[in-house]
Amino acid sequence: MALPKYTETRYRIWHYFYISLCTFVFFFLIAPLFVIFPLSFNAEEFLVFSEGMKKLDPDAFSLRWYEEMIYGTKNPWGLAAKNSFIIAIFATIGSIILGTLAALGLSSRHMPYKGIIMATLISPMIVPLIISGVAIFFFMAKAGLAATHTGIIFAHIVLGTPFVVITVTATLSGFDHSVTRAASSLGSHPVNTFMKITLPLILPGVISGGLFAFVTSFDEVVVVLFLAGLDNTTIPVQMWTGLREQLSPTILAVATCLIILSTLILVTAELLRRRSERLRGINR
Amino acid sequence: MSSETQKILTTDGVPLEVSLKKAEKRNKIKAFLLVAPLLLFLLITYIFPIAEMFTRSIDDRMVTNMLPKTFKSMEKWDGKELPSEEIFKSFYEDYKVLVEKKEHGKLGQRLNKEKNGFNSILKRLFRKISRNKIDESASIKEQIIGIHRHYSNVDYWRAIKRTAPPYTMNKYLKGMDMFLNEDGNITQVEEDRRIHRILWLRTLEIALFVTIFCFLMGYPIAHLLATLPMKYSNLLMICVLLPFWTSLLVRTASWMILLQQQGLVNDFFVLIGLVSDDNRPEMMYNKVGTYVAMTQILLPFMVLPLYSVMKTISPSLVRAGKSLGGTPFTAFWKIYFPLTIPGIGAGCLLVFILAIGYYITPALVGGASGTLISNQIAYHMKTTLDWSFASAMGLMLLTGVMVVYWIYNKLVGVDNIKLG
Repeated sequence: MALPKYTETRYRIWHYFYISLCTFVFFFLIAPLFVIFPLSFNAEEFLVFSEGMKKLDPDAFSLRWYEEMIYGTKNPWGLAAKNSFIIAIFATIGSIILGTLAALGLSSRHMPYKGIIMATLISPMIVPLIISGVAIFFFMAKAGLAATHTGIIFAHIVLGTPFVVITVTATLSGFDHSVTRAASSLGSHPVNTFMKITLPLILPGVISGGLFAFVTSFDEVVVVLFLAGLDNTTIPVQMWTGLREQLSPTILAVATCLIILSTLILVTAELLRRRSERLRGINR
Repeated sequence: MSSETQKILTTDGVPLEVSLKKAEKRNKIKAFLLVAPLLLFLLITYIFPIAEMFTRSIDDRMVTNMLPKTFKSMEKWDGKELPSEEIFKSFYEDYKVLVEKKEHGKLGQRLNKEKNGFNSILKRLFRKISRNKIDESASIKEQIIGIHRHYSNVDYWRAIKRTAPPYTMNKYLKGMDMFLNEDGNITQVEEDRRIHRILWLRTLEIALFVTIFCFLMGYPIAHLLATLPMKYSNLLMICVLLPFWTSLLVRTASWMILLQQQGLVNDFFVLIGLVSDDNRPEMMYNKVGTYVAMTQILLPFMVLPLYSVMKTISPSLVRAGKSLGGTPFTAFWKIYFPLTIPGIGAGCLLVFILAIGYYITPALVGGASGTLISNQIAYHMKTTLDWSFASAMGLMLLTGVMVVYWIYNKLVGVDNIKLG
């Protein structure tokens, strides 16, 4: 972004202002995440940088909060992590199956009432979570599914499918339908065509939609707060209670693990996006 | 119309037109069947329950079911003078049934909302009934009036009659700090009790300002990301995407650490001499905390749509503008900016919709002056258990969001939402 030599002073000033503004915004976006790392190694019980930490005294750092997170007595994180993973995995599988099927139907040019159906399918993403929470709670209470894993999984399928529908329809929009027609003309059964031709081509879209659904479920707290009983507590719910009641550095240890997890997910999503773009590039 | 001879037939002798229509119909059904499972699932677990929220919010059958005889005999009563013996008698009978079922307390509470003091005079009636002090062969009207003089006040009977319809708009009026007064007119509650209106306005204000802040911060960086060479922009993109994928609670937690009184932001202010060490400002548990945290959390939702639009704008357009004598500012304002308007619309509406329904972050960093309407809904769902009021407020919020969503759909189209 070097400026040409003939740039007038006022544009020069403007340019430096613009660059410093951008730097500030990037810093504002990313810096808060990095506060968590050092504090999670704090040897003391407070959520502030101790004098020792500022001097980089090795005694001021410890792994005690990680120990506490894993081995602590009466500690909820083990159960919460187990629940979170079970719920998120099943919710993701459900969202992928229902969402992909729906996206296939929606991408067909024969689909009637496309606009209104698409709007309905995407609505859980637009409707404020608190309203979804209330509505789903009423349903689950009536169906006897409140405070069960099944109930929470169903709720998260509702919230996760819009992402799968959107990503898969986007992938299908660049999809060359003549390949499936070619398969059919060569005598392939529709199911076989789907498994052997369509699915491998749209797989990046399906997986990245699945990642969205996974993260949505794994991070979701509003609906779970309404639905969960004591046995269904998840990581976000535990963090929520922790942040409201006793702010202990254990939460920061958990948060650090979550940031590492989200970094992994980000890398996977990025790789998939590039692969998908490459594949679609070939089709064009 | 083509005549019989001109009709083209398929190999099995069916006219092509018919056969095509059949195939078309089959394809339609096939496509629909693919969508059907998800549609059905959403209808049952999501759309119908939202509709049920509506019936729940206007449902007022409780009193209607508790006093069936009273309302039947009240049908002809004009509400001007004291009710007849018949009405008193049927009210007495209904109330006796409730006392036997031990449900009289609920009626008292409900009617007390309609007319202050109702609960206490009903309790007196309850005591008489439970001690069998009412002589059913004599005039019930005189005996009831004898219990308390308020029973001879027409206002109390009018209050009962007002609860007769099985449906009520009361919860919606309450959500706007209004109520139906004794003459059936909509009136506002006293000035110092208008809490909901403050919350609605605050929700709107915070959503609006968060959207503006996100736009002011998101536009420059989206522009930078779109114009930088790929290898730098990919690296900077991580700054946008990592927060986007990180748990909301983690990000809220980090703001709680940063903004606390002994936190790093205050440390920094002390360091540069903006505030003195013993006079650190409170930045959390008020609006400042809500604004800062929500802006950072929602910023990626502004940057991503803007970026995807800016990426498609050819840089030669601005260059052409400059080469034709435009200053960099005119070239930007007249050429670049108008081309980014679809992205601005998408980003702003997305952020606004998300902000207006925010719950977790305001509840944690907002304190009392930073709470939004969602927090109030959750409060009524979990603490007061007034579910019909929570439903009513939820639907009012939903209506607002739907209006914005509709505009969004008109401007950019829902199927144009891009993720990442």
